[in-house]
Formats: sequence, structure tokens, C-alpha cells
Amino acid sequence: MREISLHVLDLAQNSIAANATEIFILLEEDLATNCLRLMVRDNGHGMTKEQCRKALDPFYTTRTARKVGLGLALLQAAAERAAGQVRICSELGKGTTVFADFMYDHIDRAPIGDMAATLVSIITLNEQCHITYRHRRDQREFTVSSRELKQELAGMPLNHPQVVAWLGRYMRELEKTLEV
Amino acid sequence: MKSLEDLKKLRESAQQIMRLREGGESIRIVMGMGTCGIAAGARETLAAIMEELQAHNLHDVIVTQTGCAGLCDKEPLVDVIWPGQPRISYGNVDAERARQIVLQHVKNKQVVEEWVIRR
Repeated sequence: MREISLHVLDLAQNSIAANATEIFILLEEDLATNCLRLMVRDNGHGMTKEQCRKALDPFYTTRTARKVGLGLALLQAAAERAAGQVRICSELGKGTTVFADFMYDHIDRAPIGDMAATLVSIITLNEQCHITYRHRRDQREFTVSSRELKQELAGMPLNHPQVVAWLGRYMRELEKTLEV
Repeated sequence: MKSLEDLKKLRESAQQIMRLREGGESIRIVMGMGTCGIAAGARETLAAIMEELQAHNLHDVIVTQTGCAGLCDKEPLVDVIWPGQPRISYGNVDAERARQIVLQHVKNKQVVEEWVIRR
């Protein structure tokens, strides 16, 4: 994965595979403490203690299509490369939260990448799931909530190609508001 | 067209197209979105598909996703399913192939034989 935004897309896919109906994504650029933090929280079916402990092991997976589960292991590698770490909290029946942090100015920290494209992808493919995304850079932040967007659309699907195109532009405008 | 206000305008202008969606069975496009798909560029493939659907006014096509199909070296994988027809799976679908598949298979109902990996 070349970008942190691709890890976010992968984590959201995990949430969806866990039948989550709510996903909250927080991306925090804390320049004061030189830290980039990512949190993805869902209300999916969660994991047992044993599953949670093994989740970072690339040779552990619950799926049957293949014998490896690389997503979280790749995220961990990306975090550790940038002097950070990954933590997972999960409760069976309640949901899972994944935290990753990175040293912000570490030479090996992956770029954040195209978060707008990631959000658009998640929302396009998962109409039924409520997604909230918050991006914070020091004192500035914005939030996009698929629930609010749905209210505005009054029955028109969020994954309508015209809405998808609009959403990409809207996200990029919001990102500009974080710049000083 | 960037603010939430614009979204309302967009909704109103699209009301008519919406009516088309209600009747009949739709064509489905299934995007492989496992870790392997994402690492291979599925996000850009999906963006190209959505742009192409928009460009050709193909507003009643349903785009959904699937996880890893065990063919990780063929990712990004894209399936096209016409109602009543067998599922056609395409492999190594980059943005350029995706545009061609939407134009030729989704719009004009011609399978792009060259890139089919499974049917």
C-alpha cells in the first residue's frame, strides 16, 4: 500500500466484512506533537480475544478464499516503519476499533494520499452503511457524514454516478479548508 | 457544484433519471475490494468506472463490491453481469481497461474477450 488512504480503504472493507452499519474514521495530523493518528471504529461483529491477538499475524485469517490476511499486517509494517504502532480493541458483538500512529515527519512515513478517493469508494460501494469521516489538522477540522448526505438526497442513492462525482469535488473543497 | 446546497439542486435535476431505476432489472458491476484488489489499484479502477458511467449517462447500473476471490495476481478484478447472462470476470483491470469495459460491455453489450479470465 503506497498511501495511508489505501490502508483506510482496506480497514473500512474489514468493517464492512464484519457487517458494520456504522464506521467512524478519524485522521488527525497533530503537528504540535509530530504525530499522525488514524482511528477506524465500527459496530461490526467484533472479535474474540484470541482473534484480536492474532489479527496482526499475516498468516492468520478467518477467510477461506486464501490462507493469508495481510491487511492489518501491512498497516502495522507501515506504522512501525515510521516509528509508530498499531493497536486493536475489539469486543465480540460490539465492534472493533483500530488505532495507528506514525511519526509525522518520519522520512519513511507513507503519504496520506487521496482520502477523497477513498471516502468516495467506501460510500459508493456501501450505500447501506453509515460512514462518518473526520479530518483534523491542528485546530482545524471537517466532518463528512453519509447520514447527513442521505438526508439531503431524500431518497436519491448516494452511489448515483452524479452524486459520486459531486462528493469527490465536495471532499476536495473541504480538504482545502484545512490548509493555512 | 460543491456545497450541500448544490446537492439539493442535483437531486432535483436527477429525479427523472431516478424513475428509470425503479423498473426492470439492472446491469451489475462487481468490484474486487479485498486487500489484494486495493493494493493493485481497485480504487482508481472504481473511480474510472464511475466516471465512465456518468459520462455515458448509465445511471441505472448497480455497482457493488466483493472481497478476495483467491485470484490475487489478477486483481483488480471486475465482474459484469447483464440480467439473464452469465457473470463475466475481467482481470488486471486498470483505469483504462475499466473505461473500455464500461463502453463496450456495459453500454454496448459486447464482451471484451481479450481480458476475460472467467465466465
